[in-house]
Amino acid sequence: MSATVTTPPPPRVTAPPAAAGAGTRRPPSRWLSRTAVNGALLLSAAYMLFPLVWLVTAATKDAGGLLAGNAFSFQGFDLGGNLTRLAAYGDGVYFRWYLNSLLYAGGGALACSLICVAAGYAFDKYDFRGKEKLFGAVLMGVLVPTTALALPMYLLASRTGIVNTYWAVLIPVLVNPFGVYLARVFSAGYIPDEALEAARIDGAGELRAFWSIGLRMVMPGFVTVFLFQFTAIWNNFFLPLVMLSDQRLFPLSLGLYAWNSNAHAEPDFYPLVVTGSLLAVVPLVVAFVSLQRHWKAGLTAGSVK
Amino acid sequence: MKARAARAPAPVPAPALAPKGPTAPPAPAATPTVAPTIARARTGAAAVLLAPFFVLFTAVMVVPIGYAVWLSLFTEKQSGLGFGGTETVFTGLDNYLAALGDRAFREGFGVLLGYCLLYIPLLLAGALTLALLLDSALARARRFFQLALFLPHAVPGIIAALIWVYLYTPQLSPVVEAMESGGVGFDFFSPEGALPSVVNIALWEWLGYNMVIFYAALQAIDRSVLEAATVDGAGSWRTAFSIKLPLIRASLAMVALFTVIGSLQLFTEPLILDKGTGSAVTSTWTPNMYAYTAAFDRNDYGLAAAASVLLALTAALLSFAVTRLTGRRAHDRKEQHA
Repeated sequence: MSATVTTPPPPRVTAPPAAAGAGTRRPPSRWLSRTAVNGALLLSAAYMLFPLVWLVTAATKDAGGLLAGNAFSFQGFDLGGNLTRLAAYGDGVYFRWYLNSLLYAGGGALACSLICVAAGYAFDKYDFRGKEKLFGAVLMGVLVPTTALALPMYLLASRTGIVNTYWAVLIPVLVNPFGVYLARVFSAGYIPDEALEAARIDGAGELRAFWSIGLRMVMPGFVTVFLFQFTAIWNNFFLPLVMLSDQRLFPLSLGLYAWNSNAHAEPDFYPLVVTGSLLAVVPLVVAFVSLQRHWKAGLTAGSVK
Repeated sequence: MKARAARAPAPVPAPALAPKGPTAPPAPAATPTVAPTIARARTGAAAVLLAPFFVLFTAVMVVPIGYAVWLSLFTEKQSGLGFGGTETVFTGLDNYLAALGDRAFREGFGVLLGYCLLYIPLLLAGALTLALLLDSALARARRFFQLALFLPHAVPGIIAALIWVYLYTPQLSPVVEAMESGGVGFDFFSPEGALPSVVNIALWEWLGYNMVIFYAALQAIDRSVLEAATVDGAGSWRTAFSIKLPLIRASLAMVALFTVIGSLQLFTEPLILDKGTGSAVTSTWTPNMYAYTAAFDRNDYGLAAAASVLLALTAALLSFAVTRLTGRRAHDRKEQHA
């Protein structure tokens, strides 16, 4: 802001390389670069939004209209029919998947955030022997390629008998080392030690102080960790693919994948897959539009520290 | 009260991502001043708060890693004449040799290398450029652009891949149609088209996400530094390259690290391309797909485990290399300044 205010007078003193000529050339070149900058941004935004717009219009087409290719015309408009078929197919299995996804992502992210915030808080507020070494182990965990763990986890799950149950997908997503890292940063930023001291003087135990003071103060950070973990679980595909064989336990990602595999043989599945994909994207888009402050906070904490 | 006085200077624990944080642990100074019972209560509380994470961490990360290594050393063999089922035999490093000796597995790493060489520079350069543009004084509607560019992150990878496969399919796609009418024919499913197709999907998913990280870092730069540069006559290009980029080096290193680790796990996008599109992508196209196929199509868990371990080792080596490389550059710089 202030940079724009101070720009005009001083630069010509040392003659910036770009403005070789007279000062009169400045306004048009500034207008040009403004157009170039915003044009480039607009182009990239169009690239990002185009597939989403296509998804919305394609979801309104029946199989014929979709396969005819002209996704942006209103030919073969049948959104109502698509939704009805989506709800009806396989006794409403799609909405069962939807509920499963809500359960995996909602329940998993809630528990995971609580676990992460508790650990991050402990790393921030307490001193104990070997603390930084332990934290180093957490950071190493951030670097583990999780898909490489899916196979041994599957075999372990078959041994313990939890394979092909809700637990097989829920337990692994409770762990997020990066969430602990974020929670530690947030705990340092949001919870002043004075507040905890005050609670202690008032006679609150350590865990009580965490639960009723620390957790409440770090709530914005909690929401951030929750949002990212919710997204990660909602979008998770590899783990359910490995763990689940019972269709009734599928999350949306796996269910849509199964339908898509059918679609090559039976084109009637195409509108189901496309409409189902659109509905599956809606909750996260709504969450990201309404919780902008929180995901920005998460990415800032991750990048600046 | 004493405890508080001792603890007061301790926080501000900006934990660095590098495994060995340069911040010396401020812990020891505090401990002796705290009365023993309080100290015990606090250690107890810390243990209670840390326990859930570390129990689960052990169960879903440490144990599976160990189990994968263990599995990779065994092979299931038909016992005797094939009667009485199979028995598991210790075969040492045979599974590793089998994986490395398999052309499909080696080609998977070749594909991965090509993917990384194409994807990572494009991602980093693209995200940086967009962040610098958005950070420049000329950009308008910053909130809108940030949101619009970030939104693909809300789309599950599997759905992103599905959408793009539709957009790649000649009769279905307005894109292919538009390209053809513009005289650019490109077959996204051909052998040469497979890699760009996958890279495009990955870029679409991750470009905005990383742009926001860079933008956040750029916004955190002390504005007086930038003003000083302007006063000294640096143009916006010069400011971007000589001042802004070096100052967000840490974010760059972090994004590079995470991108490398993510790239090695490439699976979902090519899997969708593989299934029924007639694409040149095969079921063992990447090492991760190879491991999956070995485990669930061939039921060769030993081989799959060996492939997974090799992939994880590659990830460890590469993250070490990236950390060293970016860390050392920062170090060199510091010495130059000194």
